[in-house]
Amino acid sequence: MAEQTTVRPTVRRSPLALAADRLADVAAATGGAVSIAEVPFLAQLNLRLDPKGPAADAAGKELGVALPTAAGVAARAGELTIAWLGPDEWLVIGPAGGEGDLEARLRSALGTGHPAVVDVSAQRTVLELSGPRVRDLLAFGCALDLHPRSFSEGACAQTRLAQAQVVLIARESGAFWVLVRSSFASYLADWLIDASVEFTGPQA
Amino acid sequence: MSTQEFRTAQGGRIDRSRPIRFRFDGSDYTGYVGDTLASALLANGVIQTSTSIKFDRPRGIFAAGAEEPNALVQVEAPFPEPMLTATTVELYDGLVACGLGGQGRLSPEPDPARYDSVHVHCDVLVVGAGPAGLAAAAVAAETGARVIVVDERPEPGGSLLGTRETSVLEWATSVADRLRSNPEVKLLTRTTAFGYYDDNFVLAVERRTNHLGAAAPAHRSRERIWRIRARRVILATGAHERPLAFNGNDIPGVMLAGAARTYVNRYGVLPGRRAVVLTTNDSAYEAVFDLLDAGVEIAAVADLRTGGSPVWGPRCAERGVEVLAGYGVADVTGADRVSAVTLAGPDGSRDVAADLLLVSGGWNPVGALYSHAGGRLRFDTDLGSFVPDGCRQAVAVAGAAKGTFGLAGCLAEGAAAGREAVEAAGFTAPADTRLPAADEQPASPTAQVWVLPGDESRQYVDLQRDVTVAEIRRATGAGMRSVEHVKRYTTAGTAHDQGKTSGVLTSGVVAHLLGVDVGELGTTTFRPPYTPVSFAALAGRDRGMLYDPVRVTALHPWHEAAGALFENVGQWKRPWYYPRDGEDMHAAVLRECRAAREGVAMMDASTLGKIDVQGPDAAVLLDRLYTNMMSTLKVGSIRYGVMCRADGMVFDDGTVIRLAEDRFLVTTTTGGAAAVLEWMEDFLQTEWPDLRVHCTSVTEQWATVALVGPRSREVLATLAPTLAVDNASFPFMTWRDTEVAGIPTRVCRISFSGELAYELNVSWWDALALWQAVYDAGQPFGITTYGTETMHVLRAEKGFPIIGQDTDGTVTPQDLGMDWIVSKKKADFVGKRSFARADNHRPDRKQLVGLLPDDGTTLLPEGVHLVAAETVATGALPEPPVPMLGHVTSSYHSAALGRPFALALIRGGRGRIGERVYAPLGDALVPVTITSSVLYDPEGARRDG
Amino acid sequence: MMLISCPWCGPREEAEFHYGGQAHVSYPEDPSALSDEEWARFLFYRDNPKGPFAERWNHSASCRRWFNVIRDTVTYEILAVYPVGTPKPVIA
Repeated sequence: MAEQTTVRPTVRRSPLALAADRLADVAAATGGAVSIAEVPFLAQLNLRLDPKGPAADAAGKELGVALPTAAGVAARAGELTIAWLGPDEWLVIGPAGGEGDLEARLRSALGTGHPAVVDVSAQRTVLELSGPRVRDLLAFGCALDLHPRSFSEGACAQTRLAQAQVVLIARESGAFWVLVRSSFASYLADWLIDASVEFTGPQA
Repeated sequence: MSTQEFRTAQGGRIDRSRPIRFRFDGSDYTGYVGDTLASALLANGVIQTSTSIKFDRPRGIFAAGAEEPNALVQVEAPFPEPMLTATTVELYDGLVACGLGGQGRLSPEPDPARYDSVHVHCDVLVVGAGPAGLAAAAVAAETGARVIVVDERPEPGGSLLGTRETSVLEWATSVADRLRSNPEVKLLTRTTAFGYYDDNFVLAVERRTNHLGAAAPAHRSRERIWRIRARRVILATGAHERPLAFNGNDIPGVMLAGAARTYVNRYGVLPGRRAVVLTTNDSAYEAVFDLLDAGVEIAAVADLRTGGSPVWGPRCAERGVEVLAGYGVADVTGADRVSAVTLAGPDGSRDVAADLLLVSGGWNPVGALYSHAGGRLRFDTDLGSFVPDGCRQAVAVAGAAKGTFGLAGCLAEGAAAGREAVEAAGFTAPADTRLPAADEQPASPTAQVWVLPGDESRQYVDLQRDVTVAEIRRATGAGMRSVEHVKRYTTAGTAHDQGKTSGVLTSGVVAHLLGVDVGELGTTTFRPPYTPVSFAALAGRDRGMLYDPVRVTALHPWHEAAGALFENVGQWKRPWYYPRDGEDMHAAVLRECRAAREGVAMMDASTLGKIDVQGPDAAVLLDRLYTNMMSTLKVGSIRYGVMCRADGMVFDDGTVIRLAEDRFLVTTTTGGAAAVLEWMEDFLQTEWPDLRVHCTSVTEQWATVALVGPRSREVLATLAPTLAVDNASFPFMTWRDTEVAGIPTRVCRISFSGELAYELNVSWWDALALWQAVYDAGQPFGITTYGTETMHVLRAEKGFPIIGQDTDGTVTPQDLGMDWIVSKKKADFVGKRSFARADNHRPDRKQLVGLLPDDGTTLLPEGVHLVAAETVATGALPEPPVPMLGHVTSSYHSAALGRPFALALIRGGRGRIGERVYAPLGDALVPVTITSSVLYDPEGARRDG
Repeated sequence: MMLISCPWCGPREEAEFHYGGQAHVSYPEDPSALSDEEWARFLFYRDNPKGPFAERWNHSASCRRWFNVIRDTVTYEILAVYPVGTPKPVIA
């Protein structure tokens, strides 16, 4: 007895869509000391393979840059960022909407063996933090040494920010990407907004 | 309003152009910017701040810093804060405070201020910005190294601030200026390093706006915890002066000599008009001369050393100050304040009129942080104090903290420590270091004296705790030989000050009473925090909504808008139930249950943990970790599975979906996701590295909507026109990839309620669109949203256990009545060997059963115990211990059964089905009958619709 | 807060790690061949030394790798960090 109903258009919603305005207000409130914005819907693939095996070379060729084998490095190839997550694990981040194509390309390039490619685009969302006080903001909740001597452009780390697990990537111009699990995103947004209050008035 | 009649005409580091009004114990006073509450009170002639906690004796300001044992105050305005020391509360306009005898009062109002913490890393951390610390920091900072200097006072200078060493102070100011302008250096004043932990991790609290009172800007955190990880640490924490135990040594007006000197020099305050000085060492003479020059009359100096001071004796004679060598204090006269001091010595005794008695029993290097770090202390008999003696951490000690009390020595030692630390951290120190010239007096040895002759019940050791020598004698008389025992017996050293003035004195008194060497006896253990730290500061930003992360699903905003009430499940917020107008929980849950059993209902199931398991050996891994066989699962099918720990106890459960020959999607309980993934990785990495499998968390990649009830198939059909939804085409425990409402969806036919049901899995991003589409499409069928309470009722009616609620880590699959899920075919799986252990075959193991209260109305509280009928044969519980049969693990009202029911773990439960047992509830014994755990649709007739 | 050197990520705060108990306690090759007593010994008996102790840690907040350390249970000093599956280093 199934009766057809009109198929509704798919309206995607990113984990921080409802926080967008509050995040955008941070830049004005802090006089530009810190800016925070969600970069929604980026393609993200989790890649697991033997770093010494043929799949690693194949992945590097397909992505346009060798998979970083040093801990804490995020390589760039055009619009792609390949972040080291572990000795046999990487996160490939690309433009929004590209996950299907990227997954297919990687799967066919890597061949059989036993590499694993998993679409995790919605598992985490990306926050971009920028501004002259961004390292100070992160230091409120991140135990890593974020001094430019220790953590400069191209560095990445999985660690904790406040009480959330994150992937931290140092981008160009002193900006940072913070990748946070979607279920923790609104907690972390609230935390970041609260932490940025310190920069909203005259500084000591 | 008082006139500050004890203020000097000039001098001090206060700003006389900026007067401040404040109120203490109901009276109004004025002070100046730069004062502490203590110095301002002294300027107004107020020395008594409270009465003591045990004996109700008047007590006065005794010290000038963090070591203050007496002058506890409660700040009342602008915001109440208890247990502060008047000697460290900076004066601000509008301060209202009162003295405390012992405990203060927490405010019942929420603290409106902000608190935070900062992680910071450095090459060299210097604790203390006195002469040694500044000398160290100056050297280290010049190399480009990252240097942090913390100091508890509002301005750098340390002990110099309380002296007249103006040229060295000028040097200190210029060093501080250079440090402040160096981008790699942080100079943190008003910051107390209070704990030194493993691997050079030091916690410090910065009081950022406390001193501003009501003018504190709201955006700045009031206090900040600095979490400092340092490659090298230099402790230049100085020394605290030690009092002596003598008759009447607690009367207001008895004060540490160095403190009096600080009040005169730093605050321009005379702590009294006419002073007697009692000392064991030369340092008190510097106070004598500073006070003398400020206009205080020095009535006499009693120097306990028979030879007095060879250096200072003649100088005193020049100034007409009488020094009585070999004299001590026999008694102090005065009720609320010292009025006379009785001195006794080789030539007899005499009374001297005075309003101030200055005491110096020697100096204790501040060894607290060094001890936190694991450093050892040893007793230096020449200095008469405990000094650092080796530490495994990368730490050095310099200056008075090391027992170096001369200024030139402190400067040189600080510079050397700075050089050594920064070079050890890989930097090149400058060739030479410019240090200011400092006069240094040759010091004669300190007399080692702890107790003077007198009435031990009037000789105080710990002023805050009212502990006397007599009380310590009771402890040693009771046989105690360890200072740790004496501390706990007498409470000496356990107050807010943690024995800063009393600790070593206690050791000394115990050694004196036992006739042993104080060095052998040692001190009690120093533990963090060095000074009290507010809980608000420790909590920082982690309070209120940020106390613990709130995890939400993609549908959370919809649930909120729908008026759901929420339940915390671990860190997740899950809809509990959706009350309609006027409904209580009971009514809402009955309605939601009825919809799921009789019509159609929907629930957000996104919180279930999800793990992608892929690789050629994925099936092998799952066979080893689940009790049942997963390798035989066909692609397109789903199987329920249970995991046990090696001890055979159920650890997690969920469904396993076979996506491909080499790929599975495993679901876990909401709370178990991280633990299951870690468990899988543990085996893959450490036991079976040969298995070609990778596991990846996809919990938030997929959002899940449960569509439940006899009419769920119709709703699904309207939304997925291309999907064959009939039972033959889409049977129970299979899945299909399709589009639902135009959204790519994996539809799984699984049921946690016993009804026909589907779980619709979509991208987290698409969850809201899917949910709304299902909700809209379900309207003609009366679709009802339901929460966790209804989910629990539905699953419990079917006897489906919740791992972690109906189990507790001591329950096997067999105990749950799930023998069927334990494979007999597999050679091994984790837990299998344990099922053969004798203990797992005891007939009296607790087993999961159902319970029906006989009256058909009583809802048993979860956790209530159950007793056998013979145990309560008399109609009442016997005397304890009462033999218990087990306890209720889940309990609900059932709409389907029309009565409350429960699940319980009961000894030999399945053998007792039909037996009546009793639940003691308050004074009543509620009769309940044991049943099968499956109370609804035992034939499973409903799952296919 | 100890600083633990993850063999992959370098020194990180203790809070990023999960403790895994005594190292070098392998899951038995054939559990069914063990007596109840031997199996119980594997399940329930662990050393509890005062001093150096070989134990397992998992860098759960980052690379999720398990590794072994030798830690002094008195001082909390970490004396060695070494991979799973390699022999326990000799500590002088």
